[in-house]
Amino acid sequence: MTNLTEIAFFAAGAVAVIATVLAITRPVAVHALLYLIVSLLAVAVVFYTMGAPLVAALEVIIYAGAIVVLFVFVVMMLNLGVRTQETERKWLAGRAWIGPVILSALLLAEVIYLIVRAPVSAAMNSISTPKQIGLALFGPYLLGVELASMLLLGALVGACHLGRTSKSGREARQ
Amino acid sequence: MTSIPMADGLILGGILFALGLAGVLLRRNLLLILVSIEIMLNGAGVAFVAAGSRWGQADGQVMFLFILAAAAPEVAVGLALLLTYFHHRQSLDADSVNEMRG
Repeated sequence: MTNLTEIAFFAAGAVAVIATVLAITRPVAVHALLYLIVSLLAVAVVFYTMGAPLVAALEVIIYAGAIVVLFVFVVMMLNLGVRTQETERKWLAGRAWIGPVILSALLLAEVIYLIVRAPVSAAMNSISTPKQIGLALFGPYLLGVELASMLLLGALVGACHLGRTSKSGREARQ
Repeated sequence: MTSIPMADGLILGGILFALGLAGVLLRRNLLLILVSIEIMLNGAGVAFVAAGSRWGQADGQVMFLFILAAAAPEVAVGLALLLTYFHHRQSLDADSVNEMRG
Protein backbone atom coordinates (compact mmCIF):
# COMPACT_ATOMS: atom_id res chain seq x y z
CA MET A 1 0.00 0.00 0.00
CA THR A 2 2.71 2.38 1.04
CA ASN A 3 4.82 1.40 -1.91
CA LEU A 4 1.94 1.93 -4.33
CA THR A 5 1.27 5.39 -2.92
CA GLU A 6 4.89 6.35 -3.33
CA ILE A 7 5.03 5.04 -6.88
CA ALA A 8 1.89 7.04 -7.69
CA PHE A 9 3.42 10.13 -6.11
CA PHE A 10 6.65 9.92 -8.09
CA ALA A 11 4.89 9.07 -11.37
CA ALA A 12 2.45 11.96 -10.98
CA GLY A 13 5.27 14.31 -9.95
CA ALA A 14 7.30 13.35 -13.03
CA VAL A 15 4.26 13.90 -15.27
CA ALA A 16 3.67 17.30 -13.63
CA VAL A 17 7.27 18.43 -14.17
CA ILE A 18 7.42 17.23 -17.79
CA ALA A 19 4.05 18.80 -18.64
CA THR A 20 5.09 22.07 -17.01
CA VAL A 21 8.35 22.18 -18.96
CA LEU A 22 6.40 21.64 -22.17
CA ALA A 23 3.80 24.24 -21.12
CA ILE A 24 6.35 27.02 -20.69
CA THR A 25 8.16 26.26 -23.96
CA ARG A 26 5.32 25.81 -26.50
CA PRO A 27 5.08 28.59 -29.09
CA VAL A 28 1.32 28.04 -29.62
CA ALA A 29 -0.76 29.36 -26.72
CA VAL A 30 -3.43 26.65 -26.90
CA HIS A 31 -0.83 23.89 -26.79
CA ALA A 32 0.70 25.51 -23.72
CA LEU A 33 -2.76 25.57 -22.09
CA LEU A 34 -3.30 21.87 -22.87
CA TYR A 35 -0.01 21.00 -21.19
CA LEU A 36 -0.97 23.25 -18.29
CA ILE A 37 -4.17 21.20 -17.82
CA VAL A 38 -2.12 17.98 -17.79
CA SER A 39 0.23 19.51 -15.23
CA LEU A 40 -2.67 20.58 -12.99
CA LEU A 41 -4.28 17.14 -13.18
CA ALA A 42 -0.96 15.52 -12.26
CA VAL A 43 -0.63 17.86 -9.29
CA ALA A 44 -4.15 16.83 -8.25
CA VAL A 45 -2.96 13.20 -8.18
CA VAL A 46 0.03 14.33 -6.09
CA PHE A 47 -2.37 15.96 -3.60
CA TYR A 48 -4.39 12.77 -3.43
CA THR A 49 -1.33 10.67 -2.68
CA MET A 50 -0.37 13.14 0.05
CA GLY A 51 -3.69 12.52 1.78
CA ALA A 52 -5.57 15.63 0.69
CA PRO A 53 -8.55 14.42 -1.37
CA LEU A 54 -10.59 17.62 -0.95
CA VAL A 55 -7.74 19.75 -2.25
CA ALA A 56 -7.24 17.33 -5.15
CA ALA A 57 -10.90 17.73 -6.13
CA LEU A 58 -10.67 21.52 -5.83
CA GLU A 59 -7.53 21.52 -7.96
CA VAL A 60 -9.43 19.75 -10.75
CA ILE A 61 -12.62 21.79 -10.40
CA ILE A 62 -11.22 25.29 -9.92
CA TYR A 63 -7.77 25.26 -11.55
CA ALA A 64 -8.28 22.84 -14.43
CA GLY A 65 -11.97 23.66 -14.71
CA ALA A 66 -12.50 27.35 -14.12
CA ILE A 67 -9.14 29.12 -14.47
CA VAL A 68 -7.94 27.30 -17.59
CA VAL A 69 -11.37 27.85 -19.17
CA LEU A 70 -10.82 31.60 -18.61
CA PHE A 71 -7.49 31.34 -20.43
CA VAL A 72 -9.11 29.40 -23.29
CA PHE A 73 -11.84 32.05 -23.60
CA VAL A 74 -9.22 34.77 -23.83
CA VAL A 75 -7.30 32.84 -26.50
CA MET A 76 -10.56 32.54 -28.44
CA MET A 77 -11.25 36.27 -28.12
CA LEU A 78 -7.72 37.21 -29.19
CA ASN A 79 -8.07 34.91 -32.22
CA LEU A 80 -4.35 34.32 -32.54
CA GLY A 81 -3.35 32.88 -35.90
CA VAL A 82 -0.35 31.58 -37.82
CA ARG A 83 1.23 35.05 -37.83
CA THR A 84 1.35 35.03 -34.03
CA GLN A 85 3.00 31.61 -34.01
CA GLU A 86 5.82 32.96 -36.16
CA THR A 87 6.21 35.94 -33.84
CA GLU A 88 6.25 33.70 -30.80
CA ARG A 89 8.93 31.48 -32.32
CA LYS A 90 10.99 34.56 -33.03
CA TRP A 91 10.55 35.76 -29.44
CA LEU A 92 11.57 32.38 -28.06
CA ALA A 93 14.64 31.99 -30.28
CA GLY A 94 18.05 33.33 -29.42
CA ARG A 95 20.10 33.28 -26.30
CA ALA A 96 17.71 35.34 -24.21
CA TRP A 97 16.37 32.36 -22.29
CA ILE A 98 19.69 30.92 -21.13
CA GLY A 99 20.22 33.46 -18.33
CA PRO A 100 16.79 33.07 -16.71
CA VAL A 101 16.98 29.29 -16.94
CA ILE A 102 20.40 29.18 -15.28
CA LEU A 103 19.27 31.53 -12.50
CA SER A 104 16.09 29.54 -11.85
CA ALA A 105 18.06 26.29 -11.85
CA LEU A 106 20.52 27.75 -9.33
CA LEU A 107 17.68 28.78 -7.01
CA LEU A 108 16.11 25.34 -7.36
CA ALA A 109 19.40 23.57 -6.63
CA GLU A 110 19.81 25.72 -3.53
CA VAL A 111 16.33 24.86 -2.26
CA ILE A 112 16.84 21.13 -2.90
CA TYR A 113 20.22 21.24 -1.16
CA LEU A 114 18.71 22.90 1.89
CA ILE A 115 15.87 20.39 2.07
CA VAL A 116 18.11 17.36 1.58
CA ARG A 117 20.75 18.55 4.03
CA ALA A 118 18.23 18.81 6.87
CA PRO A 119 16.06 15.76 6.27
CA VAL A 120 12.65 15.52 7.86
CA SER A 121 11.07 12.26 8.96
CA ALA A 122 8.31 10.57 7.03
CA ALA A 123 4.83 11.98 6.99
CA MET A 124 2.44 11.08 9.76
CA ASN A 125 -0.41 8.77 8.92
CA SER A 126 -3.47 10.88 8.76
CA ILE A 127 -5.84 12.34 6.25
CA SER A 128 -7.34 15.75 6.82
CA THR A 129 -11.05 15.30 6.21
CA PRO A 130 -13.19 18.02 4.63
CA LYS A 131 -14.83 18.44 8.03
CA GLN A 132 -11.52 19.39 9.65
CA ILE A 133 -10.78 21.84 6.87
CA GLY A 134 -14.21 23.44 7.18
CA LEU A 135 -13.84 23.75 10.95
CA ALA A 136 -10.42 25.35 10.53
CA LEU A 137 -11.72 27.70 7.80
CA PHE A 138 -14.58 29.03 9.89
CA GLY A 139 -12.71 28.86 13.18
CA PRO A 140 -9.18 30.28 13.41
CA TYR A 141 -9.11 31.37 9.74
CA LEU A 142 -12.43 33.24 9.73
CA LEU A 143 -10.69 36.57 9.13
CA GLY A 144 -8.88 35.11 6.12
CA VAL A 145 -12.16 33.91 4.65
CA GLU A 146 -13.65 37.37 5.00
CA LEU A 147 -10.55 38.92 3.41
CA ALA A 148 -10.78 36.43 0.53
CA SER A 149 -14.40 37.44 -0.03
CA MET A 150 -13.38 41.11 -0.12
CA LEU A 151 -10.59 40.24 -2.60
CA LEU A 152 -13.00 38.36 -4.85
CA LEU A 153 -15.48 41.25 -4.75
CA GLY A 154 -12.70 43.69 -5.64
CA ALA A 155 -11.58 41.46 -8.53
CA LEU A 156 -15.18 41.23 -9.76
CA VAL A 157 -15.59 45.01 -9.77
CA GLY A 158 -12.15 45.50 -11.33
CA ALA A 159 -12.73 42.97 -14.11
CA CYS A 160 -16.16 44.50 -14.86
CA HIS A 161 -14.62 47.97 -15.01
CA LEU A 162 -11.78 46.89 -17.30
CA GLY A 163 -14.20 45.05 -19.57
CA ARG A 164 -16.41 48.12 -19.86
CA THR A 165 -13.55 50.47 -20.64
CA SER A 166 -12.17 48.15 -23.30
CA LYS A 167 -15.60 48.03 -24.96
CA SER A 168 -16.06 51.80 -24.90
CA GLY A 169 -12.49 52.23 -26.18
CA ARG A 170 -13.30 49.99 -29.13
CA GLU A 171 -16.48 51.94 -29.88
CA ALA A 172 -14.58 55.22 -29.73
CA ARG A 173 -12.02 53.89 -32.19
CA GLN A 174 -14.60 52.73 -34.71
CA MET B 1 -2.46 5.84 4.30
CA THR B 2 0.14 8.32 3.18
CA SER B 3 3.83 8.09 3.81
CA ILE B 4 5.21 10.49 1.24
CA PRO B 5 8.25 12.16 2.82
CA MET B 6 7.80 15.89 3.23
CA ALA B 7 11.11 16.55 1.47
CA ASP B 8 9.79 15.00 -1.75
CA GLY B 9 6.69 17.15 -1.71
CA LEU B 10 8.74 20.27 -1.00
CA ILE B 11 11.17 19.43 -3.80
CA LEU B 12 8.30 18.92 -6.24
CA GLY B 13 6.83 22.26 -5.19
CA GLY B 14 10.24 23.88 -5.62
CA ILE B 15 10.67 22.41 -9.10
CA LEU B 16 7.24 23.65 -10.17
CA PHE B 17 7.94 27.10 -8.70
CA ALA B 18 11.32 27.32 -10.48
CA LEU B 19 9.77 26.27 -13.77
CA GLY B 20 7.10 28.93 -13.40
CA LEU B 21 9.76 31.52 -12.55
CA ALA B 22 11.77 30.56 -15.64
CA GLY B 23 8.59 30.89 -17.69
CA VAL B 24 7.88 34.37 -16.32
CA LEU B 25 11.45 35.43 -17.10
CA LEU B 26 11.88 33.92 -20.55
CA ARG B 27 8.47 34.29 -22.20
CA ARG B 28 7.49 37.61 -23.76
CA ASN B 29 3.88 36.71 -24.47
CA LEU B 30 1.74 38.30 -21.75
CA LEU B 31 -0.76 35.42 -21.80
CA LEU B 32 1.97 32.86 -21.18
CA ILE B 33 3.47 35.01 -18.44
CA LEU B 34 0.09 34.75 -16.67
CA VAL B 35 0.14 30.97 -17.22
CA SER B 36 3.61 30.82 -15.66
CA ILE B 37 2.39 32.78 -12.63
CA GLU B 38 -0.34 30.16 -12.21
CA ILE B 39 2.35 27.46 -12.26
CA MET B 40 4.28 29.31 -9.55
CA LEU B 41 1.18 29.58 -7.34
CA ASN B 42 0.56 25.90 -7.91
CA GLY B 43 4.08 25.03 -6.78
CA ALA B 44 3.56 27.05 -3.61
CA GLY B 45 0.32 25.14 -3.04
CA VAL B 46 2.13 21.80 -3.36
CA ALA B 47 4.61 22.91 -0.72
CA PHE B 48 1.79 23.99 1.64
CA VAL B 49 -0.11 20.71 1.27
CA ALA B 50 3.08 18.68 1.73
CA ALA B 51 3.89 20.54 4.94
CA GLY B 52 0.29 20.20 6.15
CA SER B 53 0.27 16.45 5.57
CA ARG B 54 3.61 16.11 7.38
CA TRP B 55 2.03 17.22 10.66
CA GLY B 56 -1.42 15.85 9.87
CA GLN B 57 -3.00 19.26 10.23
CA ALA B 58 -5.65 20.86 8.05
CA ASP B 59 -3.81 24.19 8.00
CA GLY B 60 -1.77 23.42 4.89
CA GLN B 61 -4.90 22.65 2.92
CA VAL B 62 -6.60 25.79 4.28
CA MET B 63 -3.65 27.81 2.99
CA PHE B 64 -4.05 26.10 -0.39
CA LEU B 65 -7.67 27.27 -0.44
CA PHE B 66 -6.44 30.82 0.19
CA ILE B 67 -3.93 30.47 -2.66
CA LEU B 68 -6.81 29.35 -4.84
CA ALA B 69 -8.84 32.37 -3.74
CA ALA B 70 -5.90 34.64 -4.58
CA ALA B 71 -5.23 33.00 -7.96
CA ALA B 72 -8.76 33.46 -9.28
CA PRO B 73 -8.87 37.30 -8.92
CA GLU B 74 -5.31 37.54 -10.23
CA VAL B 75 -6.27 35.67 -13.40
CA ALA B 76 -9.54 37.58 -13.85
CA VAL B 77 -7.97 41.03 -13.51
CA GLY B 78 -4.83 40.02 -15.42
CA LEU B 79 -6.80 38.69 -18.36
CA ALA B 80 -9.08 41.75 -18.39
CA LEU B 81 -5.99 43.99 -18.51
CA LEU B 82 -4.52 41.80 -21.25
CA LEU B 83 -7.69 42.09 -23.36
CA THR B 84 -7.76 45.86 -22.91
CA TYR B 85 -4.10 46.09 -23.91
CA PHE B 86 -4.59 43.83 -26.92
CA HIS B 87 -7.50 45.95 -28.16
CA HIS B 88 -5.30 49.02 -28.03
CA ARG B 89 -2.08 47.56 -29.46
CA GLN B 90 -2.97 44.35 -31.36
CA SER B 91 0.08 42.81 -29.68
CA LEU B 92 0.91 40.71 -26.63
CA ASP B 93 4.60 41.62 -26.47
CA ALA B 94 5.55 42.30 -22.85
CA ASP B 95 8.47 44.48 -24.03
CA SER B 96 6.13 46.98 -25.69
CA VAL B 97 4.21 47.63 -22.47
CA ASN B 98 6.90 50.06 -21.36
CA GLU B 99 5.67 52.48 -24.01
CA MET B 100 2.33 52.93 -22.24
CA ARG B 101 1.55 56.43 -21.05
CA GLY B 102 -1.26 57.30 -18.72
